[in-house]
Amino acid sequence: MDKSLIITRDLVKEYRMENYTVTALRGVSLDIAAGEFVAVMGPSGSGKSTVMNLLGCLDSPTSGDYVLAGEKVSEISGDALAAIRNRRIGFVFQNFNLLARTSAVENVELPLLYSHCPAEERRSRAMTRLAEVGLADRAHHQPSQLSGGQQQRVAIARALVNNPVLILADEPTGALDTHTSFELMGLLQELNRGGMTVVLVTHEHDIATFASRIISFRDGHVVDDQRVERPADAREMLQALSKEAAHPS
Amino acid sequence: MTWLASIRIALRALRVNKLRSTLTMLGIIIGVAAVIVMIAIGAGAQARVEEQIKALGSNLIMLLPGSVTAGGVRMGSGSRNTLTEDDSYAIQREVRDVQASAPQLRGTGQVVAGNTNWSTVFYGVTPEYFEARNWVIASGKGFEPADLSGAGKVALLGETVTRSLFGDADPIGQVIRIRKVPFTVIGTLQRKGQSLMGQDQDDVILMPISTARNRVLGGSTARLRTVGAIFVKVREGADMADTEAEIRNLLRQRHRLQPGAEDDFTLRNLSEVLGAQEASSRIMTLLLAAVASVSLLVGGIGIMNIMLVSVTERTREIGLRMAVGARGRDILMQFLVEAITLALIGGLLGTMLGVGGSYAIGHFAEWRTELNLQSIVLAVSFAAAIGIFFGFYPARKASRLLPIEALRYE
Repeated sequence: MDKSLIITRDLVKEYRMENYTVTALRGVSLDIAAGEFVAVMGPSGSGKSTVMNLLGCLDSPTSGDYVLAGEKVSEISGDALAAIRNRRIGFVFQNFNLLARTSAVENVELPLLYSHCPAEERRSRAMTRLAEVGLADRAHHQPSQLSGGQQQRVAIARALVNNPVLILADEPTGALDTHTSFELMGLLQELNRGGMTVVLVTHEHDIATFASRIISFRDGHVVDDQRVERPADAREMLQALSKEAAHPS
Repeated sequence: MTWLASIRIALRALRVNKLRSTLTMLGIIIGVAAVIVMIAIGAGAQARVEEQIKALGSNLIMLLPGSVTAGGVRMGSGSRNTLTEDDSYAIQREVRDVQASAPQLRGTGQVVAGNTNWSTVFYGVTPEYFEARNWVIASGKGFEPADLSGAGKVALLGETVTRSLFGDADPIGQVIRIRKVPFTVIGTLQRKGQSLMGQDQDDVILMPISTARNRVLGGSTARLRTVGAIFVKVREGADMADTEAEIRNLLRQRHRLQPGAEDDFTLRNLSEVLGAQEASSRIMTLLLAAVASVSLLVGGIGIMNIMLVSVTERTREIGLRMAVGARGRDILMQFLVEAITLALIGGLLGTMLGVGGSYAIGHFAEWRTELNLQSIVLAVSFAAAIGIFFGFYPARKASRLLPIEALRYE
């Protein structure tokens, strides 16, 4: 085995409906090394969401192998899978999925609740992560009192709190405006520079350009897999955007 | 996940939907309160019966004279003068397990004290009567042997008579007239309360049996030494049936009845009558509690209903919790704890309402209510059990959701 963090071989996923079967993935083999920033692209129905669910251990493949950080997770299920999600993977969703009427810091603590972390340590780790995403002063605000960008940063702090090996972001900018999207991508790029592996699902080309590798899906197959020599820098883009706003041409 | 954390999560979820949680709890609150109040009322009634048994004296046998048959018309028990004072003394002397045998002569009449008067019942009795009927002298003293032998004009007053004639004043040493015969009050009797039939047992005057016979009632009864009733108290632990048979044999002998002839007296075991009454009031309590339990059950179904709505409404939350590592059993626990918390808080509030309600009913309706810890513990643990029972199905439903489907639920 090489040093790849994610190895999939011939992943097939079929969904059984009442009297017919939908094949969402038709044999996907991928290798993603630790420290990569991968964007998964494709039109709806291409299988990119399915591959996301499988990589995130939210679902099990119909056939094929999936090895995450040396662990063959395609053969385990149920509670063991929940434990993998808890310890190995951090999720960021399009609609943030924060618990309503629950403070930011308590939202960040959520994964630790399921890994039997003592209350004091839980709070201090959550506060550290919130500070890393620049929201230390918003720790006791509820999601409804935060902007969309702030909510997504809380979600990223939550994804990071249990020291995962992989961040899975499913259309994280889908509900954000351009400026906030760039800010968020900057944050993800920063994490990636720190060594974190990030897999991002998006259908927006300009968002995908921030990744170092773009994998395109169509009809359940990988149709394109290319490295980006010089990914766009979200911080620079953001500065350019601010200048544009200050001096409209 | 620890219990404490589960409870905190549950409490937050309940706080978020205050109105709904309160309405859900209302079913349990009313159910628990109803159970407690109903049991309190039932227990109160039972306690009253028990008190009456105590007042009557346990192991009590009552003997009444037989009936007169005149030209085919039977007059009912007590119409014939077959029981005498001497029968009573013979029972006392000859039946082994008899603790006290007391004759009683009954009369009614107007009683006058100063410028007030009162109509009441008086009984001519012997000192054994106090023991047999459990009368306690509240103040003053009882009869002296000389009062009995010399037909002394002394009387003991029941509480109602004392109050009617003397109010709050001390009656001891006062002179009253019973059917125009002057008596000196030598004592008062402790309160007994109502009898089973609702009669006021304290509306009574006791005097020596010789006095009643010779000085107040007079007439033919004086000659015959007959009495209206004999009360026999049997020793604690003695076999009632054996003693009854012995008394019956003794009286048949004394009355020279041929074998095969009917008894010329009636023998009644009063404790048995009361025992039956107690049993019926216990059944009543159970019945009331059963009816109240139905409302508790309905409350439980309310909890299930709301929990099912809650699971559907929070499908996304469940999906998220699963995505970040909650196992099925964590989700199960969360919703179960939520249901139990609802039921328990409802149970505690219901207990308060039930206890308050019992006091209110006791106070305003003047029904006797008796709270006991057992019924409260029972009602609250029943509520918790309902939480578990009716919370389990929705909780299991939540725990079996698939994370991806739950996350995408709209």
